[in-house]
Amino acid sequence: MLEGITSEAFIKGCSAIGAGIAMIAGIGPGVGQGIAAGHGAAAVGRNPGAKGNIMSTMLLGQAVAETTGLYGFAVAIILLFANPFI
Amino acid sequence: MGILAASDSKITFGVDGLFKYEVFGQELWITNTHVSLLLVVLTLTILALFANRAIKKADPNEVPGTFLNIIEYLVELVDGLTRNNMGEKHYSKFSNYIGTLFAFLIVANLSGLFGLRPPTADYGVTLGLALITFVLIHYNGFKYEKAGHVTKLFQPILLTPINIIGEIATPMSMSLRLFGNILSGTVMMGLLYGLLPKLLQFFIWPIFGGLHAYFDVFSGAIQSYVFCMLTMVFISQCFGEEEA
Repeated sequence: MLEGITSEAFIKGCSAIGAGIAMIAGIGPGVGQGIAAGHGAAAVGRNPGAKGNIMSTMLLGQAVAETTGLYGFAVAIILLFANPFI
Repeated sequence: MGILAASDSKITFGVDGLFKYEVFGQELWITNTHVSLLLVVLTLTILALFANRAIKKADPNEVPGTFLNIIEYLVELVDGLTRNNMGEKHYSKFSNYIGTLFAFLIVANLSGLFGLRPPTADYGVTLGLALITFVLIHYNGFKYEKAGHVTKLFQPILLTPINIIGEIATPMSMSLRLFGNILSGTVMMGLLYGLLPKLLQFFIWPIFGGLHAYFDVFSGAIQSYVFCMLTMVFISQCFGEEEA
Protein backbone atom coordinates (compact mmCIF):
# COMPACT_ATOMS: atom_id res chain seq x y z
CA MET A 1 0.00 0.00 0.00
CA LEU A 2 2.86 2.35 0.83
CA GLU A 3 5.00 1.37 -2.16
CA GLY A 4 4.56 4.46 -4.34
CA ILE A 5 5.10 6.93 -1.49
CA THR A 6 8.51 8.46 -0.89
CA SER A 7 9.61 8.85 2.70
CA GLU A 8 9.59 12.64 2.42
CA ALA A 9 5.98 12.68 1.22
CA PHE A 10 5.09 10.33 4.07
CA ILE A 11 6.71 12.66 6.63
CA LYS A 12 4.92 15.67 5.12
CA GLY A 13 1.54 13.95 5.28
CA CYS A 14 2.07 12.81 8.85
CA SER A 15 3.19 16.36 9.76
CA ALA A 16 -0.04 17.79 8.36
CA ILE A 17 -2.05 15.34 10.48
CA GLY A 18 0.10 16.26 13.47
CA ALA A 19 -0.55 19.97 12.87
CA GLY A 20 -4.27 19.28 12.85
CA ILE A 21 -4.02 17.34 16.11
CA ALA A 22 -1.92 20.12 17.67
CA MET A 23 -4.71 22.62 17.03
CA ILE A 24 -7.00 20.60 19.35
CA ALA A 25 -5.20 22.68 21.98
CA GLY A 26 -7.57 25.47 20.93
CA ILE A 27 -10.40 23.87 22.92
CA GLY A 28 -8.90 24.72 26.31
CA PRO A 29 -8.41 28.49 25.84
CA GLY A 30 -11.86 28.71 24.24
CA VAL A 31 -13.53 27.21 27.30
CA GLY A 32 -11.35 29.26 29.64
CA GLN A 33 -12.00 32.56 27.89
CA GLY A 34 -15.72 31.83 27.85
CA ILE A 35 -15.73 31.19 31.59
CA ALA A 36 -13.77 34.40 32.19
CA ALA A 37 -16.16 36.42 29.99
CA GLY A 38 -19.20 34.92 31.75
CA HIS A 39 -17.85 35.80 35.18
CA GLY A 40 -16.94 39.25 33.91
CA ALA A 41 -20.51 39.79 32.73
CA ALA A 42 -21.82 38.60 36.11
CA ALA A 43 -19.45 40.98 37.91
CA VAL A 44 -20.59 43.95 35.79
CA GLY A 45 -24.20 43.01 36.53
CA ARG A 46 -23.49 43.00 40.25
CA ASN A 47 -21.42 46.18 40.28
CA PRO A 48 -21.91 48.31 37.12
CA GLY A 49 -19.75 51.12 38.53
CA ALA A 50 -16.57 49.02 38.34
CA LYS A 51 -16.98 48.21 34.65
CA GLY A 52 -13.63 49.63 33.54
CA ASN A 53 -11.59 47.70 36.10
CA ILE A 54 -13.51 44.49 35.45
CA MET A 55 -13.01 44.84 31.70
CA SER A 56 -9.25 45.33 31.93
CA THR A 57 -8.81 42.50 34.44
CA MET A 58 -10.91 40.19 32.29
CA LEU A 59 -9.01 41.00 29.11
CA LEU A 60 -5.65 40.49 30.85
CA GLY A 61 -6.79 37.14 32.24
CA GLN A 62 -8.13 36.02 28.88
CA ALA A 63 -4.91 36.98 27.12
CA VAL A 64 -2.88 34.97 29.64
CA ALA A 65 -5.26 32.00 29.32
CA GLU A 66 -4.76 32.11 25.55
CA THR A 67 -1.07 31.24 25.87
CA THR A 68 -1.51 27.46 25.90
CA GLY A 69 -3.55 27.61 22.72
CA LEU A 70 -0.84 29.68 21.11
CA TYR A 71 1.75 27.05 22.02
CA GLY A 72 -0.34 24.55 20.06
CA PHE A 73 -0.53 27.04 17.18
CA ALA A 74 3.25 27.50 17.22
CA VAL A 75 3.74 23.70 17.07
CA ALA A 76 1.31 23.44 14.15
CA ILE A 77 3.02 26.26 12.24
CA ILE A 78 6.46 24.72 12.81
CA LEU A 79 5.23 21.32 11.58
CA LEU A 80 3.73 22.85 8.45
CA PHE A 81 6.31 25.41 7.35
CA ALA A 82 9.58 24.81 9.18
CA ASN A 83 9.46 21.04 9.53
CA PRO A 84 12.40 19.76 11.62
CA PHE A 85 11.98 16.18 10.40
CA ILE A 86 12.76 16.75 6.71
CA MET B 1 15.13 31.87 3.57
CA GLY B 2 13.65 32.53 6.94
CA ILE B 3 11.17 30.53 8.92
CA LEU B 4 7.69 30.28 7.35
CA ALA B 5 8.98 30.97 3.85
CA ALA B 6 6.18 30.53 1.36
CA SER B 7 6.95 28.14 -1.48
CA ASP B 8 5.99 28.72 -5.11
CA SER B 9 2.27 28.94 -4.30
CA LYS B 10 0.60 32.33 -4.53
CA ILE B 11 -0.47 32.24 -0.87
CA THR B 12 2.06 34.52 0.81
CA PHE B 13 2.13 35.20 4.50
CA GLY B 14 5.66 34.14 5.36
CA VAL B 15 8.84 36.08 5.93
CA ASP B 16 10.20 36.64 2.43
CA GLY B 17 13.86 37.38 1.82
CA LEU B 18 14.41 40.39 -0.43
CA PHE B 19 18.16 40.86 -0.54
CA LYS B 20 21.02 38.52 0.39
CA TYR B 21 24.37 39.43 1.87
CA GLU B 22 27.18 37.62 3.65
CA VAL B 23 28.95 38.34 6.91
CA PHE B 24 31.93 36.09 7.80
CA GLY B 25 30.64 33.39 5.45
CA GLN B 26 27.21 33.44 7.10
CA GLU B 27 24.35 33.90 4.65
CA LEU B 28 21.93 36.59 5.86
CA TRP B 29 18.82 38.13 4.38
CA ILE B 30 17.11 41.49 4.40
CA THR B 31 13.49 40.39 4.74
CA ASN B 32 10.15 42.14 4.51
CA THR B 33 10.18 42.30 8.33
CA HIS B 34 13.11 44.72 8.14
CA VAL B 35 11.28 46.86 5.58
CA SER B 36 8.08 47.16 7.59
CA LEU B 37 10.07 47.68 10.81
CA LEU B 38 11.91 50.55 9.14
CA LEU B 39 8.62 52.09 7.95
CA VAL B 40 7.09 51.80 11.43
CA VAL B 41 10.10 53.45 13.05
CA LEU B 42 10.11 56.21 10.41
CA THR B 43 6.40 56.91 11.04
CA LEU B 44 6.97 57.15 14.77
CA THR B 45 10.05 59.35 14.33
CA ILE B 46 8.20 61.81 12.08
CA LEU B 47 5.29 61.92 14.53
CA ALA B 48 7.71 62.53 17.41
CA LEU B 49 9.45 65.36 15.52
CA PHE B 50 6.12 67.08 14.83
CA ALA B 51 5.02 66.62 18.44
CA ASN B 52 8.32 68.01 19.71
CA ARG B 53 7.96 71.11 17.50
CA ALA B 54 4.35 71.62 18.62
CA ILE B 55 5.36 71.37 22.28
CA LYS B 56 8.27 73.80 21.87
CA LYS B 57 6.09 76.36 20.12
CA ALA B 58 3.25 76.00 22.64
CA ASP B 59 2.24 79.11 24.57
CA PRO B 60 1.23 78.27 28.18
CA ASN B 61 -1.22 81.17 28.30
CA GLU B 62 -3.30 80.03 25.34
CA VAL B 63 -5.62 77.15 24.59
CA PRO B 64 -3.64 74.28 22.96
CA GLY B 65 -4.47 73.31 19.39
CA THR B 66 -5.93 70.01 18.23
CA PHE B 67 -2.66 68.16 17.61
CA LEU B 68 -1.11 69.31 20.88
CA ASN B 69 -4.28 68.33 22.72
CA ILE B 70 -4.14 64.79 21.34
CA ILE B 71 -0.47 64.43 22.28
CA GLU B 72 -1.12 65.69 25.81
CA TYR B 73 -4.06 63.31 26.17
CA LEU B 74 -1.94 60.33 25.09
CA VAL B 75 0.89 61.23 27.46
CA GLU B 76 -1.57 61.60 30.34
CA LEU B 77 -3.14 58.25 29.42
CA VAL B 78 0.21 56.45 29.62
CA ASP B 79 1.09 58.25 32.86
CA GLY B 80 -2.24 57.26 34.40
CA LEU B 81 -1.82 53.63 33.31
CA THR B 82 1.67 53.34 34.80
CA ARG B 83 0.65 55.17 37.98
CA ASN B 84 -2.23 52.75 38.55
CA ASN B 85 -0.06 49.69 38.04
CA MET B 86 3.33 50.62 39.49
CA GLY B 87 2.49 53.00 42.30
CA GLU B 88 2.99 56.71 42.87
CA LYS B 89 6.67 56.40 43.83
CA HIS B 90 8.11 54.50 40.89
CA TYR B 91 5.89 55.24 37.92
CA SER B 92 7.77 58.24 36.52
CA LYS B 93 10.89 56.14 35.85
CA PHE B 94 9.01 53.63 33.72
CA SER B 95 6.30 55.62 31.95
CA ASN B 96 8.79 56.63 29.21
CA TYR B 97 9.61 53.03 28.38
CA ILE B 98 5.99 51.86 28.61
CA GLY B 99 4.84 54.72 26.38
CA THR B 100 7.49 53.94 23.77
CA LEU B 101 6.65 50.23 23.86
CA PHE B 102 2.93 50.92 23.53
CA ALA B 103 3.37 53.32 20.61
CA PHE B 104 5.68 50.91 18.79
CA LEU B 105 3.42 47.90 19.32
CA ILE B 106 0.26 49.74 18.27
CA VAL B 107 1.79 51.07 15.05
CA ALA B 108 3.50 47.74 14.31
CA ASN B 109 0.31 45.72 14.81
CA LEU B 110 -1.80 48.16 12.79
CA SER B 111 0.69 48.12 9.90
CA GLY B 112 -1.12 45.04 8.56
CA LEU B 113 -3.91 47.41 7.52
CA PHE B 114 -1.55 49.20 5.12
CA GLY B 115 -0.50 46.08 3.25
CA LEU B 116 2.71 45.54 5.17
CA ARG B 117 3.56 42.31 6.94
CA PRO B 118 3.37 43.23 10.64
CA PRO B 119 6.89 43.20 12.12
CA THR B 120 5.53 41.59 15.30
CA ALA B 121 4.63 38.49 13.24
CA ASP B 122 8.37 37.71 13.24
CA TYR B 123 9.64 35.87 16.31
CA GLY B 124 12.89 37.82 16.31
CA VAL B 125 11.10 41.11 17.01
CA THR B 126 8.88 39.86 19.83
CA LEU B 127 11.69 37.88 21.46
CA GLY B 128 13.82 41.03 21.47
CA LEU B 129 11.06 43.05 23.15
CA ALA B 130 10.47 40.30 25.73
CA LEU B 131 14.21 40.11 26.49
CA ILE B 132 14.25 43.86 27.22
CA THR B 133 11.45 43.22 29.73
CA PHE B 134 13.42 40.27 31.17
CA VAL B 135 16.48 42.45 31.72
CA LEU B 136 14.34 45.20 33.29
CA ILE B 137 12.69 42.71 35.67
CA HIS B 138 16.00 41.38 36.95
CA TYR B 139 17.79 44.74 37.04
CA ASN B 140 15.02 46.17 39.20
CA GLY B 141 14.85 42.94 41.21
CA PHE B 142 18.52 43.25 42.19
CA LYS B 143 18.12 46.99 42.76
CA TYR B 144 15.18 46.78 45.18
CA GLU B 145 15.45 43.31 46.72
CA LYS B 146 19.28 43.01 46.74
CA ALA B 147 20.27 39.41 47.57
CA GLY B 148 16.66 38.47 48.29
CA HIS B 149 16.09 38.36 44.56
CA VAL B 150 18.32 35.28 44.34
CA THR B 151 17.37 33.62 47.61
CA LYS B 152 13.66 33.75 46.84
CA LEU B 153 14.32 31.25 44.05
CA PHE B 154 15.27 28.65 46.70
CA GLN B 155 12.43 29.54 49.07
CA PRO B 156 10.83 26.10 49.40
CA ILE B 157 14.01 24.21 48.57
CA LEU B 158 12.09 21.45 46.79
CA LEU B 159 10.55 23.87 44.29
CA THR B 160 13.89 25.32 43.11
CA PRO B 161 13.78 23.80 39.59
CA ILE B 162 10.21 24.96 39.08
CA ASN B 163 11.07 28.49 40.20
CA ILE B 164 14.04 28.66 37.82
CA ILE B 165 11.99 27.33 34.89
CA GLY B 166 9.27 29.85 35.75
CA GLU B 167 11.73 32.73 35.55
CA ILE B 168 13.00 31.56 32.16
CA ALA B 169 9.48 30.92 30.87
CA THR B 170 8.42 34.54 31.42
CA PRO B 171 10.04 36.06 28.29
CA MET B 172 9.21 32.93 26.27
CA SER B 173 5.50 33.10 27.02
CA MET B 174 5.33 36.89 26.59
CA SER B 175 7.00 36.80 23.19
CA LEU B 176 5.08 33.73 22.00
CA ARG B 177 1.76 35.30 22.99
CA LEU B 178 2.32 38.45 20.93
CA PHE B 179 3.90 36.51 18.04
CA GLY B 180 1.16 33.86 17.95
CA ASN B 181 -1.71 36.34 18.01
CA ILE B 182 -0.36 38.57 15.26
CA LEU B 183 0.88 35.64 13.16
CA SER B 184 -2.50 33.88 13.35
CA GLY B 185 -4.17 37.03 12.01
CA THR B 186 -1.59 37.32 9.22
CA VAL B 187 -1.97 33.64 8.29
CA MET B 188 -5.77 33.83 8.22
CA MET B 189 -5.77 36.94 6.04
CA GLY B 190 -3.09 35.49 3.74
CA LEU B 191 -5.04 32.24 3.30
CA LEU B 192 -8.24 34.14 2.56
CA TYR B 193 -6.56 36.45 0.06
CA GLY B 194 -4.89 33.49 -1.65
CA LEU B 195 -8.07 31.39 -1.64
CA LEU B 196 -10.46 33.65 -3.52
CA PRO B 197 -10.09 35.16 -6.99
CA LYS B 198 -9.45 38.89 -7.16
CA LEU B 199 -12.84 39.75 -8.67
CA LEU B 200 -14.74 37.92 -5.92
CA GLN B 201 -12.59 39.64 -3.29
CA PHE B 202 -13.72 42.96 -4.71
CA PHE B 203 -17.40 42.07 -4.35
CA ILE B 204 -17.25 40.72 -0.79
CA TRP B 205 -15.12 43.53 0.61
CA PRO B 206 -17.28 43.90 3.80
CA ILE B 207 -16.16 40.44 4.95
CA PHE B 208 -12.50 41.37 4.45
CA GLY B 209 -13.07 44.68 6.21
CA GLY B 210 -14.63 42.97 9.19
CA LEU B 211 -11.86 40.41 9.42
CA HIS B 212 -9.22 43.14 9.20
CA ALA B 213 -11.03 45.04 11.95
CA TYR B 214 -10.94 41.97 14.16
CA PHE B 215 -7.47 40.55 13.43
CA ASP B 216 -5.51 43.76 12.97
CA VAL B 217 -7.27 46.44 15.01
CA PHE B 218 -8.97 44.57 17.87
CA SER B 219 -6.45 41.77 18.37
CA GLY B 220 -3.48 44.06 17.80
CA ALA B 221 -4.67 46.68 20.29
CA ILE B 222 -5.51 44.06 22.94
CA GLN B 223 -2.13 42.37 22.56
CA SER B 224 -0.21 45.67 22.79
CA TYR B 225 -2.15 46.51 25.95
CA VAL B 226 -1.50 43.06 27.42
CA PHE B 227 2.22 43.18 26.64
CA CYS B 228 2.62 46.57 28.34
CA MET B 229 0.41 45.47 31.25
CA LEU B 230 2.45 42.31 31.86
CA THR B 231 5.70 44.27 31.65
CA MET B 232 4.43 46.66 34.34
CA VAL B 233 3.08 43.86 36.56
CA PHE B 234 6.31 41.84 36.42
CA ILE B 235 8.49 44.86 37.11
CA SER B 236 6.35 46.12 39.99
CA GLN B 237 6.48 42.70 41.68
CA CYS B 238 9.96 43.51 42.99
CA PHE B 239 9.02 46.83 44.60
CA GLY B 240 7.69 45.08 47.70
CA GLU B 241 4.36 45.28 49.44
CA GLU B 242 4.44 48.60 51.26
CA GLU B 243 5.10 50.79 48.21
CA ALA B 244 2.66 49.29 45.71
